[in-house]
Amino acid sequence: MSSILIIVFLPLLASAIAGLGNRALGNTVAKSVTTAGLFISCGLSWPIFISFLTGAAEPTVVPVLQWVHSGNMTFDWALRVDTLTAIMLVVITSVSALVHLYSWGYMSDDPDQPRFFSYLSLFTFAMLMLVTADNLVQMFFGWEGVGLASYLLIGFWFKKPSAGAAAIKAFVVNRVGDLGFMLGIFGTFLVFQTTSIPEILAAAPALKGASTIGFLGMRFDTLTILCLLLFIGAMGKSAQLGLHTWLPDAMEGPTPVSALIHAATMVTAGVFMVCRLSPMFQAAPDALTVVTFIGAATCFFAATVGTTQWDIKRVIAYSTCSQLGYMFFAAGVGAYGAAMFHLFTHAFFKALLFLGAGSVIHAMHHEQDMRYYGNLRKHIPITFWAMMAGTLAITGVGILGVFGFAGFYSKDSILEAAFASGTEMGRTAFWLGAFAALLTSFYSWRLMFLTFWGKPRWSQSEHIQHAVHDEHGHADHGHDHAHDDHHSHGEHDDGTAGYHPHESPWVMLTPLIILSVGAVFAGFVFSPYFIDSEHFWQGAIYYNEHLIHSMHGVPLWVKLTATAVMLIGFVVAWFAYIKDTSIPRKFVDQFRNLHAFLYNKWYFDELYNLIFVKPAFWLGRQLWLKGDVGLIDRFGPNGAAWVVEKGAVVARKVQSGYLYSYALVMLLGLVAAISWMMVQ
Amino acid sequence: MDFAASLKLIAPELLMSVSGLVLLLVSAWVGDKASRAISVAAAVVLGACFFLVAPAVCSGASGPDTLAFGGQFSADAFAGLAKLMIFAAGGAALVIAPAFFERFNAMRAEYPVLILFAVLGMSIMVSARDLITLYIGLELNSLAAYVLAAFLRTDDRSAEAGLKYFVLGALASGILLFGMSLTYGFTGTTSFEGIRVALNGEMAMGALFGLIFMLAGLAFKISAVPFHMWTPDVYEGAPTPVTAFFASAPKVAALALTMRVTLEAFGAQDDAWRQIVIFAAIASIVIGALGAIGQSNLKRLLAYSSINNVGFILIGLAAGTPAGASAMLVYLAIYVAMTVGGFVAVLMLKDENGNSVEAIADIAGLSRTRPALAFCLMLVMFSLAGIPPLFGFWGKFVVFQAAVNAGFVALAAIGIAASVIGAFYYIKVVKVMYFDEPADVVKGESDWAHWALLAISALAISPLGYLLTPWLGNLADKAAAVLFLGV
Repeated sequence: MSSILIIVFLPLLASAIAGLGNRALGNTVAKSVTTAGLFISCGLSWPIFISFLTGAAEPTVVPVLQWVHSGNMTFDWALRVDTLTAIMLVVITSVSALVHLYSWGYMSDDPDQPRFFSYLSLFTFAMLMLVTADNLVQMFFGWEGVGLASYLLIGFWFKKPSAGAAAIKAFVVNRVGDLGFMLGIFGTFLVFQTTSIPEILAAAPALKGASTIGFLGMRFDTLTILCLLLFIGAMGKSAQLGLHTWLPDAMEGPTPVSALIHAATMVTAGVFMVCRLSPMFQAAPDALTVVTFIGAATCFFAATVGTTQWDIKRVIAYSTCSQLGYMFFAAGVGAYGAAMFHLFTHAFFKALLFLGAGSVIHAMHHEQDMRYYGNLRKHIPITFWAMMAGTLAITGVGILGVFGFAGFYSKDSILEAAFASGTEMGRTAFWLGAFAALLTSFYSWRLMFLTFWGKPRWSQSEHIQHAVHDEHGHADHGHDHAHDDHHSHGEHDDGTAGYHPHESPWVMLTPLIILSVGAVFAGFVFSPYFIDSEHFWQGAIYYNEHLIHSMHGVPLWVKLTATAVMLIGFVVAWFAYIKDTSIPRKFVDQFRNLHAFLYNKWYFDELYNLIFVKPAFWLGRQLWLKGDVGLIDRFGPNGAAWVVEKGAVVARKVQSGYLYSYALVMLLGLVAAISWMMVQ
Repeated sequence: MDFAASLKLIAPELLMSVSGLVLLLVSAWVGDKASRAISVAAAVVLGACFFLVAPAVCSGASGPDTLAFGGQFSADAFAGLAKLMIFAAGGAALVIAPAFFERFNAMRAEYPVLILFAVLGMSIMVSARDLITLYIGLELNSLAAYVLAAFLRTDDRSAEAGLKYFVLGALASGILLFGMSLTYGFTGTTSFEGIRVALNGEMAMGALFGLIFMLAGLAFKISAVPFHMWTPDVYEGAPTPVTAFFASAPKVAALALTMRVTLEAFGAQDDAWRQIVIFAAIASIVIGALGAIGQSNLKRLLAYSSINNVGFILIGLAAGTPAGASAMLVYLAIYVAMTVGGFVAVLMLKDENGNSVEAIADIAGLSRTRPALAFCLMLVMFSLAGIPPLFGFWGKFVVFQAAVNAGFVALAAIGIAASVIGAFYYIKVVKVMYFDEPADVVKGESDWAHWALLAISALAISPLGYLLTPWLGNLADKAAAVLFLGV
């Protein structure tokens, strides 16, 4: 199975060619090489996945290179291929290939395309290294690699200050998580004397509740603390409550990046890690409770915030955050298969939603505020239908036992698992998840209604005005500008400002269509494998037979809950944004505080600013002004430079040019030497 | 040891003296017309001497077989290695001179002859195993050097340089002689071997004085602080080919001689001279670095740079170990390449009238008008600053390594810290050449001989120089071992 080598390293090669060749090779070469590389990887990944579906494949490890052999610490570069990896392979390579293709259109006007495509491929390589890791260190390598690529891509438009700030924020917040991850790896090595994942997983169950470890001066259950530390890493990468603040800001990056990294792949790395280490987490029930809680809380929190945002990408970003919460509490209650299944379906419909949003933004001349959309379904029908597929999938539309869109299977099974787990935390997660599903349905349909229905509200958008202005300027230059504006306003009173949105080119629509197919059918086709087939997993995750059994035994009302809340959300959204568009205004006036609380994302950013950012800046300023400038610079480099400068002046003065002074210095030197030797 | 064997050992010196005298007659007879021919002849002589000496260096010759004239003169590997450097530097001074002096119509037939005699003097210096031999070599070299410094008689600065060099040189010579007489008085011998034997044990105060006076006289030759004051003035005033010669060959000779005196004659009294050497080393490094800051003339800057470099070389002497002596020789070889390269580059700077350009401000933006020249000068500057991967770094590295291994960690640390100061002005020159607006002063084509020499030295100090390290280190180790035979 050495095709895995090609799958993983082809994107790296393509990235190097595009990145190092850059302008010398030109846009077309860079785009062709990277995109072709990804499509080849993708083409090789699906057969592997299918062979696992049919049960023809066995888990294998393909060694690549020796890495570190030092004392009893040994780890090598190796690529592990099992069911879990195979799932991630198809998700990563498929979405990445489609995003590459989509970017041909979306980034066509950008002056830095080779750099962009190089970063995309580099990201893909790092992500593939992460999911194929056979030991924690290689996983960390991929983990950091995707973090780097994410940083580079969020800040891709580095001339925009907000993009730079968002990139730094993403990096810094991820560092916090990474610290936890690192401590987790160190601790794991300390306890198990190995970083090899299979060996750790084999040894973990025996340690359940059997040992304690000193941490921060107290003693804890070893596995609990290790799992929690690792989970902190997962929280950072997967934007879970507390470490989620970077994800919405990451929308500063180009939209294809949001689709690939901040929806489909990188942010799911945390979920993947927990699933990969599921036997270890399973041996630490307390840690699992925390995972469940954080997941459910994130799921609920992000959904509430998503209902109030105006920026189309931010809504989807919070939606992502919320869906990741589902995955985590699924893992928390032990339904790792359900978590991975939701990861799988979510990758398709969320990438679809993002790319659709990108298509809308493209059509609306970079306007992202939904208040300035409206009535777009007639102008960009293909995008509309693609977004519709994505919305049906995320809200989980379906009829029990007949057919459902992707989210219907995955989300419902998560809720069922949470209910079936029987624990108190599981029940809590169930109710929070159910409520979040209602909100999911509401904000998704709100997005759809605001964007595609109603009357055009484009004329107030500055972006659209610019676009219209430019067009007119081109059409009849020489005219007075004021006259021009007046003219256009007078002619178009329908809210369009005379702007005509255009459907995106086919390179952008093709990925939408392909992903739509995934969003529609992924759940229906793959549900039996992911949820019910222990044989499919082949031990790649901890398979909880008992839980699966009780999942199927939950009461009917539980199974119908998701569908019911979905319908409620839809109806509420329909009332508020189609039937009577004054309702949102009234609601906001009525519950001003609640709305402000949600609109400002529960004031997390403000809180963090107050607690962490400002004191850190203050400390930094003090260290800089007082410590660095005042102390080190003054007595260090600057002081030394001052001494040298003065010394140079003295040395120059002594060098008078007169013979007698030279002779005098020689004699003085001689006398000094003799005197010195005599007093010795 | 019979007379014929002795003559065979001093064959290079004999060749130089005889051909020097012949060439002197030729120059008197034929006049300046023959200056180029005499230069070529002198260069051929030096080349022949080079190959006469080379076998002894390669074989690491030492012991009684290398001693001539009853032990007054030694043709051992140490002297041989120093001679190779001296011959190379002397040859360079011959090759670069004609094109330079012809700009001023000042090329004279005496020049190659004087160089030849100066080289002969240095050759005797490094082979000296006796105070008398030492003094003969030193004076032969010095007398030739005084004339060379004032070679552009009509130029005020050159004449001033010659006079200053002569007066201060005479003073230093007197100090040296006084030290020698004291040493002879207290040991009863002029032979290094004899001094070593006589001083075995307690060191008399008189002998100590003798040692100090001798070191002072030698310190003048190597321009170590505080006997360095003549250096910037003489280097600036002397014609540039002569400066290139002064900065390279006599430094090798005088340092080799200093090593012989300290390690051979006073090898058992290392406590007596070590403190002086340490002081001279640190003072030279610091004063050399400080003095170079604020210089606006390239030749003056290189003069301070040579003071600075001598300081670094003395660190190896302070170590007083075979490794330290070997490191000094390695450093010297690299130093000769850097110095010759630096002065040749300066030599090639001339304005449209053919006058020398020496002001740093005038080479602003040189990278755009004369990129190849600017690049070579940049290599020289970075190498002098000791920035890896250039070869100049290696010299500093081996010297510091020797000092650390000998237990002089503080000395090495001070040297390293002070080399940072040095880096400032070297890099400033590079900055002026590469980042300032072109001053557009430097014009005209350069002689092929200049280009060739510059290319060779640039190649030697480039990272490719590291290919030489095993070979050079081996030769230096063998040469240094000679000095420690008696210990």
